[in-house]
Amino acid sequence: MYKILKKKQLSAVVWLMVVEAPLVARNCQPGQFVIVKNDEVGERIPLTICDYDREKGTITIVFQPVGVSTLKFLKLEEGDSFQDFVGPLGRPSDILEMSEEELKNKKFLFVAGGVGTAPVYPQVKWLKEHGYDADVIIGARTKDLLFFEDEMRAVAKNLYLTTDDGSYMHKGVVTSVIDELVEQGVEYNHCVAIGPMIMMKFVCLTTKKYNIPTIVSMNPIMVDGTGMCGACRLTVGDEIKFACVDGPEFDGFKINWSEAMKRTTLYKTEEGRAKLKYEEGETHHGNCGN
Amino acid sequence: MPNMSKTKVPVREQEPLVRAKNFDEVCYGYNEEEAVEEAGRCLNCKNARCIEGCPVSINIPGFIKKVVEKDFAGAYQVISESSSLPAVCGRVCPQETQCEGKCIRGLKAEPVSIGKLERFVADRAKEDGIKPQGAKVKNGHKVAVIGSGPAGLTCAGDLAKMGYDVTIYEALHKAGGVLTYGIPEFRLPKEKVVAEEVRNVEGLGVKIITDVIIGRTISLDDLIEEEGYEAIFIGSGAGLPMFMGIPGENANGVFSANEYLTRNNLMYAFRDDYDTPIYKAKKAVVVGGGNVAMDAARTALRLGAEVHLVYRRSEAELPARAEEVHHAKEEGVQFDILTNPTEILTDENDNVIGIKCIRMELGEPDASGRRRPVPIPGSEFEMDCDAVIMSLGTSPNPLISSTTPGLETNRRKCLVATEDEGKTTKEGVYAGGDAVTGAATVILAMGAGRVGAKGIDNYIKSKNQ
Repeated sequence: MYKILKKKQLSAVVWLMVVEAPLVARNCQPGQFVIVKNDEVGERIPLTICDYDREKGTITIVFQPVGVSTLKFLKLEEGDSFQDFVGPLGRPSDILEMSEEELKNKKFLFVAGGVGTAPVYPQVKWLKEHGYDADVIIGARTKDLLFFEDEMRAVAKNLYLTTDDGSYMHKGVVTSVIDELVEQGVEYNHCVAIGPMIMMKFVCLTTKKYNIPTIVSMNPIMVDGTGMCGACRLTVGDEIKFACVDGPEFDGFKINWSEAMKRTTLYKTEEGRAKLKYEEGETHHGNCGN
Repeated sequence: MPNMSKTKVPVREQEPLVRAKNFDEVCYGYNEEEAVEEAGRCLNCKNARCIEGCPVSINIPGFIKKVVEKDFAGAYQVISESSSLPAVCGRVCPQETQCEGKCIRGLKAEPVSIGKLERFVADRAKEDGIKPQGAKVKNGHKVAVIGSGPAGLTCAGDLAKMGYDVTIYEALHKAGGVLTYGIPEFRLPKEKVVAEEVRNVEGLGVKIITDVIIGRTISLDDLIEEEGYEAIFIGSGAGLPMFMGIPGENANGVFSANEYLTRNNLMYAFRDDYDTPIYKAKKAVVVGGGNVAMDAARTALRLGAEVHLVYRRSEAELPARAEEVHHAKEEGVQFDILTNPTEILTDENDNVIGIKCIRMELGEPDASGRRRPVPIPGSEFEMDCDAVIMSLGTSPNPLISSTTPGLETNRRKCLVATEDEGKTTKEGVYAGGDAVTGAATVILAMGAGRVGAKGIDNYIKSKNQ
């Protein structure tokens, strides 16, 4: 059992939990993820590691409840436990594989969208701790959905916040901020974009214009997370890759976005029904033509 | 006088069309009376060919004789000398190519139903509360086993009986490996058989730690250097599913058999009270001819689909157990043999709407000794379907080999290990099962677990002399 030490609401839809998982905390690195299962009947849900404390043996996860399993996570309080919490999974972020020389020559731009802000944080923090600068753009639809402003400000060189509706700071989508920065003459030669697939796709279209190599962190459907099931397969260039063992980070310019996005919709109907049943009980019997 | 009936005592099974709609075990097994009658068909041969056919050399006439004498505890003891998972092997071994394939009675009639007798003895032992006995004295030496499938459970059980302090590390949240995530409930009941075998191994003093991925959570080197294990057995299984590389394979509705079965078996997606979803196909095409393909086909059937099984060779080459093929047909799986997919057809939203296949014929024998299937030009045809389940085998998971310096793999990415001891290229590290051989059978993995346990025992003894 893995005890929840802290639970905190970060935005209108996003929650943070600090979970006791000493073995995971011992060897995890930025970019890796965990699989969390709340109880016997729960799903295995992959979540990117947001922060870790090796001494305290804790992992911080951030999630946005969308389906039955993540809604059940929300029911857990401090002192309660997850039944299973396994990791770290996937490969560490690209930045950990870079030599000092490479890191010195990099001008980093991180682009975070929605709940993707959480996995961006440990990478920027790691760079800061190792003496490297990174600029960060955080985008959200509206002010209520932004989170981690203070945390990110503490580790980023420059932090740019933007909302689609202009309810806070800059108005516009994240790509408009990239355009403005580049037009102002700011130079970047390495971009990391993490957020909804549609956002990552458009960041890649934008950075490609400016020839800024862009790494994305993919979050496809997954079951075991150890390479066994192949549910998380993606087309990267002309190869099939498994996000769980070959990723989750990939060269964003090589991803087949249309395929990846369609693959995430496979269980939408089942998930929707399950959520209705969870929230409203047995009121829907599927006799209305479905 | 032996029972000279030419046919096996029939085993009771669920009616095909009833069981095709539920996940309860297909076969009820023998009762005492039936088992004793069938056991009477054994001639108790001096040169028992059945033993040669058994990968772990169970004294088959020996245990069957005890069944005739109604000494079921004795029969269990005889099997236990060679096998640690009889309730599993009695259910899933390919007996027709092993023990029963060699049975002398099989020359002129049906062979003795050795598998069903083994199952009876194991199930009876469980009912009677007979458990394997652990070591009376611990020797204080620590050994780690990676993976709780048939190889790992066997190796751990054997070492514990010798007095070792054994810990199994399992990557998933439940122990059992392929017995849990791969083989379906209707063939191998999870609570009654698999969980019971796991409890038996724990009863010998083995500790099982789930949710730990060696190579990620802890490196293999750390197990030795920091956790203080003197030897390690790797039984991590086969791993990554293979695909065909044909167009449309990433469409929505195409699954590896591993994914489909894991959702159903490990995650209980077939049960309403579990949260994991599974795709409910109307018409599913399963590609492949092994046991896993049969399991996937029969699972899809039980989830409500019309199921076609597409296999590129002829029926004689189907690698699955004869009983599985027989059961699948009885339940209504339609076999399209000598047929190979060339493309998966999709709609504008990338959903599967059909499969394009080509007819095959058998040519000259290939490297495996089987006649090579070759396409018949111009024989392409299309079949409607909304799901395709690829069951083409697996390649080894590189997680441990790629994170452990000094651990060599062969060109198929399988771990290199000696046959007689399971010794890898790294000192103190032993391996067996699918991680070494590539996808094979439960009994071979179990045999490799035993070999590994002996290898580790020899290693630790010689080191401490």
